[in-house]
Amino acid sequence: MRNYVSLLFVAGLAFLLFVISGQLDFGAAPMLIGQAINQAAPEQVGAANIVTSVVLGYRALDTLGELAILFTAATAGGLMLGRARAGATHDPEAGFILRTAADLLFPLLLVVGLFIIVHGHLTPGGGFQGGVILAAAFFVPLLARPGTHFDHASFAVVEGLAGATFIVIGLFGLVYGGEFLAPLLGQGEMGSLLSAGTLPLLYIAVGLKVGSELAGLMAHIAAYEAVDS
Amino acid sequence: MADWINWVALLAVLVMLAGAVAVLLLNNFLAAVAATSVVSLGAAVIFVLLRAPDVALTEAAVGAGLSSVIMALCLRRLGLWRIPSVTAGVDDEAGNS
Repeated sequence: MRNYVSLLFVAGLAFLLFVISGQLDFGAAPMLIGQAINQAAPEQVGAANIVTSVVLGYRALDTLGELAILFTAATAGGLMLGRARAGATHDPEAGFILRTAADLLFPLLLVVGLFIIVHGHLTPGGGFQGGVILAAAFFVPLLARPGTHFDHASFAVVEGLAGATFIVIGLFGLVYGGEFLAPLLGQGEMGSLLSAGTLPLLYIAVGLKVGSELAGLMAHIAAYEAVDS
Repeated sequence: MADWINWVALLAVLVMLAGAVAVLLLNNFLAAVAATSVVSLGAAVIFVLLRAPDVALTEAAVGAGLSSVIMALCLRRLGLWRIPSVTAGVDDEAGNS
């Protein structure tokens, strides 16, 4: 019975996609707002990556909502999972190859993640993508050495400070720019690292928040006592 | 040029379909998780072809990387990490746990 229901669901989904793909040409933009933003964004915001000028400029409030959702999910996950006991047995360390690879990967992932965050207003990527890579950077050593202590408290401090920074920058925008999260500090030269006003600062805050949040969540899930065997 | 893109898109869609079917058919939960990340990687390729590199980066980092890791860790926590049908995997298991 369940199989038939899911088959019906899949057929309905396929029909929906078929209708949509019949209505639209491949790659054609049906909405006008995208084209309007494409034309206005370089002058209004000054970010070379137009996606960033939408995410942190025109729709910055949505980004704040996204951060709130992620925070709620990570908090709920942390509450559900709890922590391992202080004297709990843990898995033995991984082999030599994995440990060496983790040591090599940690700085590499750190640099890649920070690069993607800092260049979020110039190249594809930004706080969310770079933050996930940062979280991976802090999780890889934990996989190689399951016994190491993961400092949840300092990660929570970084997370809270980054979230507060995002809101404080938004409030500065409210005071000096007239709107919440309005870009300040001037646009600068488009394409240079210091351009697009407060957008890079906002993306650094987003990246640090996402990275510390997800690293803490993964450390929570991975904190698991070794099975007696 | 456009022809070439169509062939790459077709290949990516076929890989995604194969991965999606593999998720349903595989007995091993861990292998099914790996197959879901294959689906996400194919989606990332298609996003690149559609000139959405931001979305492709997110899909590759979150869809293929993070969610697979979280699912795999949850499998471990639920005790489904083991391979029940394969008796020869005992050595492998001892190396893992």
